[in-house]
Amino acid sequence: MKIAVCLKQVIKRDSTLRVDDARTWVRDADAEFEMNEPDAYALEEALRLKEQHGGEVIVVSAGPARVQTVLREGLARGADRALHVESDALAQADAFAIAGALAAAIGPEQVDLVLTGLQSDDQGFAQVGVVLAEKLGIAHATIIMEVKVEGGALRVKRELEGGWFQWVGLPLPALLTIQSGINTLRYATLKGIMAAKKKEIRRVDAPAGVAPRQKIVSLYFPEKTKQTRMITGSPADAARELVRVLREDARVF
Amino acid sequence: MILVIAEQKDGQVNRASWEAIVAAQQTAEPVVVVVAGQGSAAAAADLAAAQVTEVVAIDGPGLAQYTADGFTAAYAQVVAERQPAHVFIAHTYQTRDFAPKLAARLDRSILTDCTAVKAGTPLTFVRPMFQAKLAADVAIEGPAPHFVTFQIGSFKVDELAKGSAPAPVVAVSAAVDIVRQQPDAPFREARQAVDLTQAERIVSVGRGIKAPENIPLAKELADALQAELAASRPICDAGWLPMERQVGSSGQTVAPKLYLALGISGAIQHVVGMKGARTIVAINKDAEAPIFELADYGIAGDIFEVVPQVIAALKA
Ligand SMILES: Cc1cc2nc3c(=O)[nH]c(=O)nc-3n(C[C@H](O)[C@H](O)[C@H](O)COP(=O)(O)OP(=O)(O)OC[C@H]3O[C@@H](n4cnc5c(N)ncnc54)[C@H](O)[C@@H]3O)c2cc1C
Repeated sequence: MKIAVCLKQVIKRDSTLRVDDARTWVRDADAEFEMNEPDAYALEEALRLKEQHGGEVIVVSAGPARVQTVLREGLARGADRALHVESDALAQADAFAIAGALAAAIGPEQVDLVLTGLQSDDQGFAQVGVVLAEKLGIAHATIIMEVKVEGGALRVKRELEGGWFQWVGLPLPALLTIQSGINTLRYATLKGIMAAKKKEIRRVDAPAGVAPRQKIVSLYFPEKTKQTRMITGSPADAARELVRVLREDARVF
Repeated sequence: MILVIAEQKDGQVNRASWEAIVAAQQTAEPVVVVVAGQGSAAAAADLAAAQVTEVVAIDGPGLAQYTADGFTAAYAQVVAERQPAHVFIAHTYQTRDFAPKLAARLDRSILTDCTAVKAGTPLTFVRPMFQAKLAADVAIEGPAPHFVTFQIGSFKVDELAKGSAPAPVVAVSAAVDIVRQQPDAPFREARQAVDLTQAERIVSVGRGIKAPENIPLAKELADALQAELAASRPICDAGWLPMERQVGSSGQTVAPKLYLALGISGAIQHVVGMKGARTIVAINKDAEAPIFELADYGIAGDIFEVVPQVIAALKA
């Protein structure tokens, strides 16, 4: 099975964020980045499917030169090769533009399966995978917690709200958006890291003329609407005060 | 005109769809509601109570159960016919599954998970960014229709404007040719042993707990408070606590007297499961964490320094 996995590079989860001077993005020149978490689960699922069914895993990312770090990490974990749609504009692009760039890279590869994370930790659109499926003309299913390949087709377990699930059958080729927790992640071994150095990252041209469809007019810290009582002081003082207010004011025990 | 795509199951309108109608009504544009699938006639009859110009119910072969292919084809037909300026939809799991495809089919982008609409020309939409640590005002460019989805809970159903008489309902039959997804009936995993919904007090741990070795610290606090232990999703994903202790949109919805969140950032999918708690306490080392927006009491501090002191204070 030939599988493409889309990886997004996002700002590290616990980073302190600052808004840039234009007030339309965060200051990311000296930020630390990491692989978007649901994408890491998508990659793991692809590697497991390859182990069971054979084939090839191609990691794909659209963004500036720095995204090669996550591609290299994907290769170190076991992907066979990588495609990079390089464009600085894609770092902040809307999902429609990102999906267009990914489609330009993945389309010609004629893969059996495309996996993406279900959403990204930065803009959180939750739509790149679905738009990509439409652009590639293939069937899709979202928020997937289990993947089975049976007789040249897929059976996937979709997560629904409130603890409900649903099995869905799909023909191949198909695209799945993967939910965090579907599997247990592996980390790159030293051997994997060494092997990754010899693997190919091929550049693909960004499609021309994809005008942005959405414009961030202003980015800001949300206004606080609730009066939270912040308890300050040393840990011991704060703890004593918390226990007091819970007993005497909130009366929760 | 704003077209609202409503969601229904067995004829029952999803609560979040009423919120999307409220969002549309508050723009002062005329509103048309469309609902698809088996049961859409019953749902449309209910939806007609809202002050809208029309309700469209789509049914036909291929729409008996929800599928992304079927519903995309059905809604694409209505959107193409009606030419709305905007299409508003609640950001449910079903919407996440078909709406980006619907927009792409019509060569449009879609702006997802918005929490408010700002008046003006054009309208701008507020949405969370970077896990709700920031918010952005976003304008949609290019030709209409502009697709927008709204986070659940962003608009109040009790602000719904009702019509003096029911709105006209039009039944449409959709031509759906290819449906590639074959869904089975939804199911729940085996009955859960832990029922957090009945708990009076809950101590809930998030990724701030760092490692499974630290779970006993939270358990000790829970025991001292006679509370149940719960967790955010990443803790259950990692297997540090069983799935049945997960709170949130894909876990349990709880409403205890006390919800004490340790190292939980306050992502919307977590918050929907616990915002009904009477008293919410958050301990988080990041004073800007979104959970403080919800908490009644907060300590901006390290759980490894604060929690042992809380346990000591409880025992004193
Ligand atoms: C479709 C979907 C469904 C989902 N369903 C759920 C669900 O049901 N339930 C759920 O919880 N999530 C769910 N999620 C995931 C959700 O979006 C968040 O990713 C998750 O809730 C984050 O968990 P967290 O707050 O524990 O981790 P993080 O967001 O990583 O937050 C960790 C927090 O710990 C703080 N911290 C770190 N170290 C310390 C310390 N030493 N002392 C004090 N504080 C510290 C940090 O400041 C940070 O705020 C879902 C997501 C999707 C897309």
